[in-house]
Amino acid sequence: MVPEIGHFAVILALCVAMAQAFFSLVGATRGYVNWMAVSRPSAYILFFLTSFGFCCLVISFLTNDFSVLNVASNSNSQLPWPYRLAASWGSHEGSLLLWVLMLSGWMAAVARFSKGLPNDMLSLILGVMALVAIGFYSFLLLTSNPFDRLLPPAMDGRDLNPLLQDPGMVIHPPMLYMGYVGFSVVFAFAIAALISGRLDTTWARWSRPWTTIAWAFLTIGIALGSWWAYYELGWGGWWFWDPVENASFMPWLCGTALMHSLLVTEKRGSFKVWTVLLAIITFSLSLLGTFLVRSGVLTSVHAFATDPERGVFILGFLVFVVGASLILFAWRAPKVGLGGRFDLVSRESALLANNVLLVVAAASVLLGTLYPLFLDALGLGKISVGPPYFDAVFIPIMAPAMFLMGIGPISRWKKSSVPDLAAKLKWAFVISIISASILPFTMGGWSLFVSFGLLLALWITLAGLVNLWTRLEQMSKGDGRTLWTSLLSLPNSYYGMLCAHLGVAVFVVGVTLVGGYEVEKDVKMSLGNTVTIGDYTIRLDALEELEGPNYTGVEGTMTILVDGEEVDQMFPQKRLYTVQQMAMTEAAIDTGFTRDLYISLGEPLSDGSWVVRVYLKPFVDWIWGGAFLMALGGVLAVSDRRYRKASEVSSSPEEVTTST
Amino acid sequence: MIAQIRIIGLTLLLFGNCSLADEAPSLAKDPILEERVKSISLELRCLVCQNQTIADSNAGLAVDLKNQVRDMLREGMTEKQIKDFMVERYGDFVLYDPPIKGITMVLWAGPLLMLFVAFWFVVRVVRRRSGSFDTQQSSEDVDRARALLKD
Amino acid sequence: MAPTRFLIPLGIFIAVAAFLFKGLSLDPKEVPSPLIGKAAPEFSLPILNASDTRFANVDMADKIWLLNVFASWCGPCLDEHPIIVNFARSAAVPILGFNYKDRPQAASQWLDRHGDPYDQVVVDLDGRIGLDYGVYGVPETFLIDREGIIRYKKIGPLTQADVSKDILPLIKELSE
Repeated sequence: MVPEIGHFAVILALCVAMAQAFFSLVGATRGYVNWMAVSRPSAYILFFLTSFGFCCLVISFLTNDFSVLNVASNSNSQLPWPYRLAASWGSHEGSLLLWVLMLSGWMAAVARFSKGLPNDMLSLILGVMALVAIGFYSFLLLTSNPFDRLLPPAMDGRDLNPLLQDPGMVIHPPMLYMGYVGFSVVFAFAIAALISGRLDTTWARWSRPWTTIAWAFLTIGIALGSWWAYYELGWGGWWFWDPVENASFMPWLCGTALMHSLLVTEKRGSFKVWTVLLAIITFSLSLLGTFLVRSGVLTSVHAFATDPERGVFILGFLVFVVGASLILFAWRAPKVGLGGRFDLVSRESALLANNVLLVVAAASVLLGTLYPLFLDALGLGKISVGPPYFDAVFIPIMAPAMFLMGIGPISRWKKSSVPDLAAKLKWAFVISIISASILPFTMGGWSLFVSFGLLLALWITLAGLVNLWTRLEQMSKGDGRTLWTSLLSLPNSYYGMLCAHLGVAVFVVGVTLVGGYEVEKDVKMSLGNTVTIGDYTIRLDALEELEGPNYTGVEGTMTILVDGEEVDQMFPQKRLYTVQQMAMTEAAIDTGFTRDLYISLGEPLSDGSWVVRVYLKPFVDWIWGGAFLMALGGVLAVSDRRYRKASEVSSSPEEVTTST
Repeated sequence: MIAQIRIIGLTLLLFGNCSLADEAPSLAKDPILEERVKSISLELRCLVCQNQTIADSNAGLAVDLKNQVRDMLREGMTEKQIKDFMVERYGDFVLYDPPIKGITMVLWAGPLLMLFVAFWFVVRVVRRRSGSFDTQQSSEDVDRARALLKD
Repeated sequence: MAPTRFLIPLGIFIAVAAFLFKGLSLDPKEVPSPLIGKAAPEFSLPILNASDTRFANVDMADKIWLLNVFASWCGPCLDEHPIIVNFARSAAVPILGFNYKDRPQAASQWLDRHGDPYDQVVVDLDGRIGLDYGVYGVPETFLIDREGIIRYKKIGPLTQADVSKDILPLIKELSE
């Protein structure tokens, strides 16, 4: 009964979305106030119905209802309950329901927090989002119903893929989807602005926090995915340039560009056409990602079970949404004004250059990801495009962008002077160069790669500090405030920027040092054997059988010694998941600020010893730490007072006048 | 597999403790050779896997190919000779680092070309904007935004 | 400023979408063999159950023949097996069984149980020769012409359609 109710709720949701799209869009373009009044409550209803449907699916999973195909295929009675919960979004069907849940959630959020917007604008925005929602609800109901019954019911389920039985995987998809779907908000804003012809400051101002928050979610989602791959796949890599990773990375790159371009559009009224195009592209890339992951056109480690019929549906939807948006763009954009003037040396130029570099980087990733498909479609043979290509192409494009990160924030709008910039930044530059050339010697060998990476990281950090210092100096000159009050009076959005930029520097340090100084040892260990890596000696003390809820296996006890003293014990495991008969390597990782010690059990050998792989990975956690700082920066920026005030103050009077 | 693990585990529990603490032998008898095997393996695609290098995969074919790479290195062959050997048998598909040739021109030149276009675009925009007179945001426009956001 | 430049994004998108549509009907995992049109790599391998005698592909000179890679541990080989048996009955060309990375004993038992359609079976214990033939997805089937050139290769189980649509016409063409 529960799955049927859930199914019905989702069908109702589709009907609501249809009504909402019709009344909102027609109402807004014709100016029917009564029709527009439908949009806000229907967003809430949509969210309610979808949450209800989602809960039904979760209940089916938690209660082990194996008469539901989705549950029987992706869960098992032995599966611990947190993973049963996560299994509700572990399959293609379930993850799609999660997707529409997020979409309706964002719609409800727009309805709730946009009270200051003119009514027709809000209706247009929600109408566009409802159109997107119709596509996804129909996709779900027509091709991928998560509530399908299985007759006769299975005795037990086929279990969740062991790779996904992991805490990181429980929260990775929701975060990632929050990001993907979050870009639909700013997309809808852009379409609404194009339709109404109001590509103005209000539009930019409203779009900014929504973009930033979606971007922060996407950042966290990608970082979690990378972290998961690091500890779960058993060989300690953190990024593989796999098509599915690229699918999430492209919207991230364009979303980053969009955030910065929105800044210029809001503050200076420039780059409107560019900004609106970026908003469309960013969401289009999110949709493209969905297509790539679910259609089977590319081979990937992470893809869902694929089905060409689904591929055709998403592609049709993609063509409709993106095609229509780009036609609208081509029709409306030529009438948009230019905005304020600026000089070659100005913050506008720096941001423009940065934007363009980010977009070129995203386009290159797209080219590399789809190129095998292009060749195959043209009958020119099969090739593979992998990490060597992406590294070779991506790093040279991003390096100048990172250099600009130091200059952009400190230069002035409209016109900056080169001597002034040079005076401010020369020390930061000199110190970065000198430290970056010397530091690698103290870390175990100089290499160009390490030195250059450190240079970028130091440069971003020092230029950020100089920026902060200059701001404080100006303030104390202006009204003689103390350092402390000045620090407090700087807006959150400013700290957000500094924090996110610092995050990039931290990330670069991690990538550079783990790339340059990682040590790996493959050894054959029997009980009592030791292996020395860096300052650590690892001794295999025991190998014991392991009995998990839905797996069996072997657990090693490794004692870590430093200078002969026992400092820690680590427990790498080799598991065999009984239902799917899949062996999994559960690496033991000792996480540290400056290094990770990573031990993974390989295969048993015929003489009773084991292949053991140990790694010493310097600064590897800085990679995810950096991503976390970036996301935190986004959250700080959105928590800025001006956004909060806007939603608090405007609630009551506005509602009375518009909702009648 | 699991039975094997179990037996080995038990054997180790029974007899393992006798051995003294000593350095575990490296799997690679020749670490420098192994380093080269790894760096080459990292650029070869495992054909039977979803999307993995032969270095990262334990599939039968991946192991065979790693052994093949090792043997060929021992015989003194160069990285290029080894890659040619693989391409002869499996085609360009096996290379993660696509070779520069006719059909990959667009792939390799594309990003560079896009950079040029981007550079040209930036220069053009900046020229136009720095020459144009100042069409400031109308104060009316800014006021409306302010009012809506109660800034 | 021509408004056509605002159509550029749409143009790019349409091109990409067209490729994606084409991509839906392609299989990204199907890799054409670069060996087609090249001379079949030479080998000299022991014969199954007669390890002293060896068989080399030069023994097949001036013949059109089929090389079928199989192993007893390979599930899809069993699916394919009736097709091979059938093909052997038609006796169009000799078939060489290529036992890939298998235990010879297991291979013999497997052939006893399911029927032996092969004119000769050679044993590639360590898979070295298989590597020369670019074998990666057992079963695989090669058609080799009188000059010793590989004319056709199928990765994965052969189907009746492969035999009647590709292999038999090709044999006819080659024997003329």
